[in-house]
Amino acid sequence: MSNRILILFAHPLFEKSRIHKTLTDNIPEGVTFHDLYEEYPEFNIDVEREKQLLLSHDLIIWQHPIYWYSCPAILKQWIDMVLEVGWAYGPGGLALKGKSILQVISTGGAKTTYQAEGFHHNTIHEFLTPFIRTAQLCNMKYLPPFVAHGSHRIHEDELEEVGKNYNWVLNYFKHQTPDFEILEKYDYLNDWLTENRKA
Amino acid sequence: MSNDFLSQALVYLAGAVICVPIAKKIGMSSVLGYLISGIIIGPFVLGFIGHEGEGIMHVAEFGVVMMLFLIGLELEPQAFWRMRKSITGFGLSQIIGTTLLLFLLFQILGWDWTMAVSVGLTLTMSSTAIVLQTLKEKGLSKTDAGEASFFVLLFQDIAVIPILAVLPLLATTDVSPDLAHTSFMSGLSAWLQTIIVIGAVGSIYATGAYVVVPLLRMIAKTGLREMFTASSLLLVVAVAFLMELVGLSPALGTFVAGVVLANSEFRHELESDIEPFKGLLLGLFFMGVGASINFQLLSEAPGQIATIVITVILIKFTVLFIIGKIFKLKNDQNFMFSLGLSQVGEFAFVLLAFTGQLNIISEEWLGKLTAVTAISMMTTPLLLLLNDKFISPYFGTKEKPDKKPADKIDEQHNVIIAGFGHFGSTVGRVLRANGIEATILDNNSDQVELLRRMGFKVYYGDATRLDLLKSAGIENAKLLIAAIDSPEINNELIATVTKHYSHVKILARARNRFDAYELMEMGVKNIYRETLYTSVHLAIDALQELGFRKYTATRQGQKFIEYDDKAMSKLIDSRHDDKEYAINARREIEIQEKLLQNDLMLQFSPEDHSWDSNYLKETLMGKEKKREE
Repeated sequence: MSNRILILFAHPLFEKSRIHKTLTDNIPEGVTFHDLYEEYPEFNIDVEREKQLLLSHDLIIWQHPIYWYSCPAILKQWIDMVLEVGWAYGPGGLALKGKSILQVISTGGAKTTYQAEGFHHNTIHEFLTPFIRTAQLCNMKYLPPFVAHGSHRIHEDELEEVGKNYNWVLNYFKHQTPDFEILEKYDYLNDWLTENRKA
Repeated sequence: MSNDFLSQALVYLAGAVICVPIAKKIGMSSVLGYLISGIIIGPFVLGFIGHEGEGIMHVAEFGVVMMLFLIGLELEPQAFWRMRKSITGFGLSQIIGTTLLLFLLFQILGWDWTMAVSVGLTLTMSSTAIVLQTLKEKGLSKTDAGEASFFVLLFQDIAVIPILAVLPLLATTDVSPDLAHTSFMSGLSAWLQTIIVIGAVGSIYATGAYVVVPLLRMIAKTGLREMFTASSLLLVVAVAFLMELVGLSPALGTFVAGVVLANSEFRHELESDIEPFKGLLLGLFFMGVGASINFQLLSEAPGQIATIVITVILIKFTVLFIIGKIFKLKNDQNFMFSLGLSQVGEFAFVLLAFTGQLNIISEEWLGKLTAVTAISMMTTPLLLLLNDKFISPYFGTKEKPDKKPADKIDEQHNVIIAGFGHFGSTVGRVLRANGIEATILDNNSDQVELLRRMGFKVYYGDATRLDLLKSAGIENAKLLIAAIDSPEINNELIATVTKHYSHVKILARARNRFDAYELMEMGVKNIYRETLYTSVHLAIDALQELGFRKYTATRQGQKFIEYDDKAMSKLIDSRHDDKEYAINARREIEIQEKLLQNDLMLQFSPEDHSWDSNYLKETLMGKEKKREE
């Protein structure tokens, strides 16, 4: 059986990232891991190949750190190049219709800083608006993001917990289509997860 | 007559064509191949050619003359002037040392002192043809040993002139020799002779600079290729003739002419024109040497001749080795230098014939010493082969930098770079800048010395040798970077490593797509064409200069590389449509043509719509229009 989940991973300095090391270490078998900076170090993205990858998977994951309230450059390059008009959106652009998209992100700041009265004045959800709209424009279901906050000062045991959670999510979605109706009520996928893992 | 000429040409050419490739194949130098083919076609084996072999040699000696012209061409006057002290230092000490030892030996044997001196001087000469040809073939001309050999040989070439002048003084009889070397000047007084000699060399210099170059320019303008070849030959012949006329060594004269022309714009053209003639004539010369070995004499007194050969070589070797030590050649270089020059050279034939005519030595000794000379020439390629196999690897691998604790570093060296020229050294520097220390294999010992001082771990020698690869740690290596200049050697290395150490990943340098094809056929996956990335990079800049945006041009370049790689793997299949495939010029052109045609049909852009707002508009509006209809 071919893999359902495709992880599009973007980290320009992966070798120094504790959090993404932990996350990727916890990716189970049967998930396609696609490391964009490793595949396209010169940003010459193979559009045809990327399209094929998208078509052959149901759940697309954008896994990346948040830099300047957005994604690393190569993921933007990927969005620019791969999500073509007439294919992903626009007239006849129905290739991705019905697929789900999940963002797995890390932030330096703690969760409390991403609030209206917090340091960043906006919520994660607000900052992610461009991605949400992109997914919607491509007729995809945008799931609440899986967020690892406070990567600057995260403890070992917290890190381990994040890894376990990620592993659980991936294993869960490996076989089941996400129930969008239920999930969209949550801000973070982490919240849904805490409830369901305990149950 | 013409029939005779054709049959002779047939014999010589066939002999060379059969023997030399075989010799190369089993790892001997071409010189040995020529010598052996000379013996085979000579009077004592197959007998295709008789004693005219010696006559052929006089013609063929012209190959040596041409070779010195070519050497001169590669040497600029300033460089030559800088070398003058080294030339005298090496050369003079070699001649005096060797002649003295030989003289003493012959005195002990009870020879007449005139014979002892003349034979001593004769046997002191080494063979320019063999040594320089061998050095060039091995790519060692620029090493310390190569340069030292050159100094000695050049000095000998110069020394032949006074030696020829001195020999008649030793003659007991008053027979006037009728050799070409006794020129019209013989009758003139000494000071006049000196003036003429200086004048001759000076005139070569002057004509070279002020007459020949403008003349060549004129001839080049006619656009007739063969005229240029003809004038190159004429130049060399004329200089040689002039030199003989005034009683100087033609080799020396053409050497000076070469030096004068080294700075001219015609240097490379002259080189490529003379080169094939030189090669063939030298080949002919070596074959003549092989054919002239008198096996009759050999069979009559094999013990005596063998003893003389061994003694002479031993004496020459010893003197050279001591000189090498004095001039501080490194051991491996010194062995190459001393073994390389240990034979008796082609000048000995001339000098022997001369002394024979002067009745200084007997007919019998003349034959024996000629045989000794020829045999000693044969030993050199063999001695150098032994040096390569047994002596130099000993020095190359044993002389490790001894300061560092070797073991710990050993473990990290899981990258081996073979060939540390411009290509390999760039690779090595990038790795080093990132904290990766590679083990380096190179066959240029000067380079090796420098790199060792810089703290690199370097092994000296032929990278295709299994034992060297082993001591460089190929068994534990992860990566082999094959970056040797010569594609043949590079391929050989890759074949060896794939065969014996299949776990090692190979990253291979390829000069061009044809090298790359061969590597692909050998199963190499990671091939780096020198001529791809750089040229595409240049093309990108050219596009930018012509008004393209740099990023667009860059993306086109990236796509081109991808496309070209794909085209390579497609073409490699069609390459085997021809049953007997050999890369030749015509085939190369055919492939180029195919490529260019494919390029015409190729349009990268239609599928690429990224950031194209016109396309966006068209797609969105076009569809709307259709819907409206």
